[in-house]
Amino acid sequence: MSEFLQHLVNMLVLGGTYALLGIGLTLIFGIMNVVNFTHGVLYTFGAYVMFIVVQQLGLNFFLALPVAVLAGWLLGAAIELTLLRPLRGSDIDTTMLVMIGAWIAMQSGALWIWGGVAKSVATPFPEAPLVLGPVSVSWLRLFVLAAAALLIVVTYLLINKTSLGRAMRATFQDHDTASLMGVNVDMIYTSTFAIGSSLAAAAGALLGPVYVIFPQMGDLAAVKAFAIVILGGLGNISGAVIGGFILALAEELGAGYVSSGYRDAMGFLIIIAVLIFRPTGLFARAERVG
Amino acid sequence: MRIVVTILAVAALASVPLWLRDPYLLNALITTGIFVIGAMSLNLLLGFTGQLSLGHIAFFGIGAYVSALTSLGFDVGLPGGFRLVHAPWPPIMGFVLAILVAGLCGYFVGLLSFRVRGAYFVIVTISFAEVVRLVALNWVELTQGPLALTNIPSVALPLPGLSELTLRTKMQNYYLVLVVALIAYLLIARLVHSHFGRAMRGLMENETLAVSVGIDVTKTLTIAAVISAAIAGAAGSLYAHYIRIIDPEVFAFINTVTMVIMVISGGKGSLAGPVVGGMIFGLLPVALRPVMAPEAQWIAYGGVLMAILFVLPRGIVPSLAQRFGRRGSRTPVLAPVALTETGAKELA
Repeated sequence: MSEFLQHLVNMLVLGGTYALLGIGLTLIFGIMNVVNFTHGVLYTFGAYVMFIVVQQLGLNFFLALPVAVLAGWLLGAAIELTLLRPLRGSDIDTTMLVMIGAWIAMQSGALWIWGGVAKSVATPFPEAPLVLGPVSVSWLRLFVLAAAALLIVVTYLLINKTSLGRAMRATFQDHDTASLMGVNVDMIYTSTFAIGSSLAAAAGALLGPVYVIFPQMGDLAAVKAFAIVILGGLGNISGAVIGGFILALAEELGAGYVSSGYRDAMGFLIIIAVLIFRPTGLFARAERVG
Repeated sequence: MRIVVTILAVAALASVPLWLRDPYLLNALITTGIFVIGAMSLNLLLGFTGQLSLGHIAFFGIGAYVSALTSLGFDVGLPGGFRLVHAPWPPIMGFVLAILVAGLCGYFVGLLSFRVRGAYFVIVTISFAEVVRLVALNWVELTQGPLALTNIPSVALPLPGLSELTLRTKMQNYYLVLVVALIAYLLIARLVHSHFGRAMRGLMENETLAVSVGIDVTKTLTIAAVISAAIAGAAGSLYAHYIRIIDPEVFAFINTVTMVIMVISGGKGSLAGPVVGGMIFGLLPVALRPVMAPEAQWIAYGGVLMAILFVLPRGIVPSLAQRFGRRGSRTPVLAPVALTETGAKELA
C-alpha cells in the first residue's frame, strides 16, 4: 500500500510537467493544425538554458526558470516566423516534414555545441527528502510540482480571461471567421507557437535538474506530449492537464508493477488504444480535425 | 527515350562492382541500395495512397529480426512454463519468413490504424514503431536486447545441381541487393498501373469520390500496407544478413526519417523518385564525411530536408520530368509498365 502511495506522489510530480508539455502542444496542434515535431527540441532547449544559467553563468536557480521560459518563447516565435509563416496554406504533411527537418537540425546542433555527455544541474534544495508517513518526496520535486501548477494556472487564465486568449479560441474554432472579425490571425499563430514553445521549455527546465540533460532527451518528451494531446482531445487545455496526469500514472504503475523497461512504452500504448477506441480523445466535445 | 534511360541506368548500376574497387564506397552503395528498397516500399504508401507512415522502419526492423532469428535459432521461455525452441534454418528461409511476418504486421497495423487519417495516422505509426523497438530492447531472452544479435550468417543461395553459393563478398551482396531492388521496382510498377493502382490513386485524390464509385477504402489501403510492409521486411532481411549484426537501434526514428527524405526529395508518387532521392541521400553522408563532423552532417541533413520542401516541394524527378518531358500529365514520371518490363527482359 505504501508503495502504491509512493507511486501516486511520483505521479503528481511527473504529471505536472507532462501537463505543461501537453498544454503547449495542444495549443499549437489544435489552433494551428501543425504537427509540431520541434516540441521535444524546445523541451531540451529549456533544460540547456537551465544548465547555462545555473552551471555556466553561476546565476540563481530560481532566476533560470523565467529565463528558460523567455528563451523558449523567443525560439518558438523565431521558428514560426521563419519556417511556418512562409508555408501557411501548405498541406499538413509538408509542414510536418519541415518540422522534422528543424528537429533534426536543432537536435544535432545541441549535440554539436554541448556534446553527448549528460549534464546535471546543481539545485539549492536539501538532499534529504521530505518524509510524510509512508511516502517521501524530494524538495526539488515539490518545487517542480508547485512551479508547474503555477504555470498551468497562468496559462489557463491567459487563454480564458484575456483578449489574446479569446482571439486564440476564436481562431481555433474558425480562423476565417476570426479573421473577418478583425483578429490578426498571423499574430495569433506566432503567439500560439511562442506560448506553446515556452511551456515546453519550462517543462524541460523543470525536469532537467530532476534527471540529467542530454541532446536527445526531448524525443521521448515529444511523443509523450502527443500522447497527452490525443488523450485529452485536440485543443482541450483541461483535457491536456488530466491527460498529463493519466500518462504519468500509467508510467508509474507500468514501471512499478510490469517492468521498468516498459515505462516509456506506456505513452505509445495509450496513443494506440485511444486512437483505436476513442479517437476524439477522452473528453472531447469539438470534432476532430484531420 | 524512357526505355533507353531505364536500361542505361540499370546497366550502369550493374557495372559498378566491375570498376569500383573501394570497399568503403561499395559498402555505402549496398546499404544505400537496401534503404532504397525501403524507400520504394514507403513510396507505395506515401506516394500512391497519400498515407504518411512514420513507423515504416518497424517493418524493416521486424524483417531484420525475423530473418536473423530464423537463421540463428532461439530458445525462449513463454508464460506458463512453456519453452519455444527453434533450430537454425538457412538464411533464405529467413528471407521468406521476414517478408511474410512483416506483411502480416502490415496487415494488423493497417487494419487498426486506417481508422484514423492525417496527423493521427502518422502518430499511430510512430507509436507502433516505438513499441516494437522497446520490445526488441527489453525481450532480452529472444533478441539479446542492447547486446545485439551477432554472427548472423550471410545469405546462401541454393543453386540447382551445384552446392550452395554463400554470398560473402561485397560484390556478391551488391548484386543480390540490385536484383531484389529491381524485383521490388517492377512489382510496384506493375501494381501501380493495375486496376488496384488506380483505386489507390483515386482514393488519394478524392476519398469521397473514390468511395462513391465503389472503391473499398479500408481494403485498398490495407492491401497497400501489406505489400509495402512485406517489401520493407525483405529489405530488413537483406540488411541483417549483410551487416550480420542487429540491435534495437535499427528501429530508430531517424531511419524512418531517412526513408521519408529519400521519397520526398526524389518525388513521392513517382516510381523513379525514391531511387534518385535514395541514391542522393544514401551517398550524401559519404560525400560529406571528409568535410564535416558527424553532428554537422546531421544539421545539414535537416537543413536539406527543409530546403527541398521549400524549393522543390514535388521532388526532383517530377520537377525534372515536367521541365524536360511531356507537359500537363497528372503523373508525369510513371514509366509505362510494358516498357519497364521490356527493359527487365532485355536485361535478363
